[in-house]
Amino acid sequence: MKYLANVATLEYEIEKCTGCRRCVEVCPQQVFIMEDKRARVVDRDRCMECGACALNCDFGALRVNSGVGCAAAIITGMLTGGEPTCGCDSDDSSSSCC
Amino acid sequence: MNVTADMSISADRSISADRRVSADISRSERWEHFKCRVGNFRGKYLVAPGLYAFGQPGVNDDVLVSANYKLSFDALRSELGGRNFWILVLDTKGINVWCAAGKGTFGTGELIRRIMAARLDTVVRHRRIMLPQLGAVGVSASEVRKATGFKVMFGPVLARDIPAYLEAGYKKTNEMSTVRFPMKDRLVLTPMEINPVMKKYPWFAVGTLLLFGLERSGIIFSDAWEGGLPFLILGLVSIIAGAFITPVLLPFIPFRSFALKGWIAGMVAVFLASLLPAVADVRSSLSLLAVTFILFPALSSYIALQFTGSTTFTGMSGVRKELKIGVPIYIGTVAVSALLLIVFKLGEWGVV
Repeated sequence: MKYLANVATLEYEIEKCTGCRRCVEVCPQQVFIMEDKRARVVDRDRCMECGACALNCDFGALRVNSGVGCAAAIITGMLTGGEPTCGCDSDDSSSSCC
Repeated sequence: MNVTADMSISADRSISADRRVSADISRSERWEHFKCRVGNFRGKYLVAPGLYAFGQPGVNDDVLVSANYKLSFDALRSELGGRNFWILVLDTKGINVWCAAGKGTFGTGELIRRIMAARLDTVVRHRRIMLPQLGAVGVSASEVRKATGFKVMFGPVLARDIPAYLEAGYKKTNEMSTVRFPMKDRLVLTPMEINPVMKKYPWFAVGTLLLFGLERSGIIFSDAWEGGLPFLILGLVSIIAGAFITPVLLPFIPFRSFALKGWIAGMVAVFLASLLPAVADVRSSLSLLAVTFILFPALSSYIALQFTGSTTFTGMSGVRKELKIGVPIYIGTVAVSALLLIVFKLGEWGVV
């Protein structure tokens, strides 16, 4: 299943790639494949902006504006003016996520 | 204390009896797992953080890292039968690996602290530690290695693929590293979609009954019930369409937008419901009929949009885009419906 097209904020600079394969290892959506000893983005629309690749790329080749893809969290963020956070750890657990 | 060098790294020395776990999930644990799926029990279903011995692990056995949400911990336990492991449980405040990694509680700092606190370097001779792949959202492998000397390997997404991953020599297939979202997984999440909305339903019901019962002479209870019944049913129908049908049939409903999927499911469900004799009364008034097909599919759409929080593939930018377009439409829908209902009441009272 894929979500909306052309919205993911994933940026990849192939010149910085050393072919360590970490991004392939951590991506849960198969956004990357290895090609000629470097990672290649096969489908940006599959990216769910979890941020695992950017956090684990030691060479700064990947950037993504990561965060929770959760409507309740984003609405709460909009209302309170803060960053979207889900209420999973709140006591009422009324939030649907997690 | 007379501890020999060899004893200090043996399993029996470093792990007390209550820190030993097995693959056997008891009956009462199964009942607890069910309760996690349907209600607030999940909020306090914890395992104490720290190092656990699974089976009879020795100095060469692998170390697995888990969250301290007991449902996650038990999922790991139940898949590892017949093997020996160390399990290092992080304090994620009772939240599962993926969500906790997103918040940073299943994170680099916590992992380093737990490795140090458990003195893992004295428990095992090797220097590798295996994390669930989804933990990578919160854990920087290179920082953990710098701080502790342990090499982080991100294993399969699912605990049940761990045996195959180990047999392949710590190699993942594409299958093992992809998050899927099959119907069964979507189905178990629906109670937690339905419950929060149903908590708000009594308010909707009271509002509906007041609206239909309100006469110029006061509130007439028989009118409230007779007039309100179709809306009470339609309210339930849109909850079912948004919180149950849309999640379960997710890939089969057209469009990628959850708002659109929910609207379509809601439209179909409302149309079918409008054929019921108990709902057919809405046809008596053009205003009511319009509200039926404007308000309730929009309600279903809004509820379906909430499911983005439970899916495995929706990103923040996409949900933001949906909300940016959707919220003004939802507000407009409520405003138009309110106007139509006022027109309906005025007509009923013979004012216009």
